[in-house]
Amino acid sequence: MSGLIGKKVGMTSVFDNAGNSVPVTVIEIEPCTITQIKTEETDGYNAVQLSAFDKKEKSVSKAVKGHFDKAGSDVKAKVVEFRDYLPEGLDIGDELTIEDVFTVGEQVDVVGISKGRGFTGVIKRHNFSGVGDATHGQHNRLRAPGSIGGASDPSRVWKGMRMAGQHGNQRTKVKNLSVAKILPESNLMLVTGAIPGSKGGYVEIHNKASVTN
Amino acid sequence: MDKLKLVEQSLVNEDVPHFTAGDTVNVHYRVREGDKERIQQYEGVVISERGNSSNKTFTVRKISSNVGVERIFPLNSPFIAKIDVKKKGKVRRSKLFYLRELRGKAARIQEKDSRK
Repeated sequence: MSGLIGKKVGMTSVFDNAGNSVPVTVIEIEPCTITQIKTEETDGYNAVQLSAFDKKEKSVSKAVKGHFDKAGSDVKAKVVEFRDYLPEGLDIGDELTIEDVFTVGEQVDVVGISKGRGFTGVIKRHNFSGVGDATHGQHNRLRAPGSIGGASDPSRVWKGMRMAGQHGNQRTKVKNLSVAKILPESNLMLVTGAIPGSKGGYVEIHNKASVTN
Repeated sequence: MDKLKLVEQSLVNEDVPHFTAGDTVNVHYRVREGDKERIQQYEGVVISERGNSSNKTFTVRKISSNVGVERIFPLNSPFIAKIDVKKKGKVRRSKLFYLRELRGKAARIQEKDSRK
């Protein structure tokens, strides 16, 4: 599938054609450089590797720099592979812009790293509701998970039991957002709804229309 | 953050006249009934403005059949056909919520001297 690399800018709202106010996320998408094209013969699968957002040359190893030199590109900060996508008529070193890949009104999936919440209790992590009352003599059970299983049967805790633990900071995909607006001269795209991650975080935007399987 | 402002500025409707709290405005609002669209007028005093650039809203208060009515309009809504500024009011604060407690003569707002 085809897609591009972007950076989350922030959220605002726009009015759609019907006049409704719609929440949107602004994503900055610089023209992405094709740095490698993988084919079935050479790599066992088809994919295209895109790179975007400049990075200081001195902060990468010579091996990494060599990879970008091959494509005639500057050193880039974010490198993403889009599988099962063979760009026709495009070669290594070519650039893909927003308008090449997306059109207004199209459905897209957005992948990013969600905001890290650290070690989190079950109320925040799994939407549990806590145990019992806050008053009537009750104490220290307000945010507790409750029972985690039977004592004599099965006398163990089932696998996958929802408990406290690390929440967030995870690769997350939000599906079926639609493209609300494209501002090509300032490299910005607006998609409806929220996307994972913090402002300034990298995201992958996948084009739904070109999904083959 | 500047990029976000850039987007919001591009969404602002430039045709809207300038007005602020204390002004009397007449809002021409498009109302859709089934397939038909007509324009409804709503006149009253602006008692509050909120937000900025494309997300700005304003509250208009009027007394309709002896009942106070307040309506919040998004400034850049495509449903707003026109805004007429009828009167410029002379007020000393940006939120005129004190008008809710006042009726009749007490709820009047002095007109701003336009000679200045």
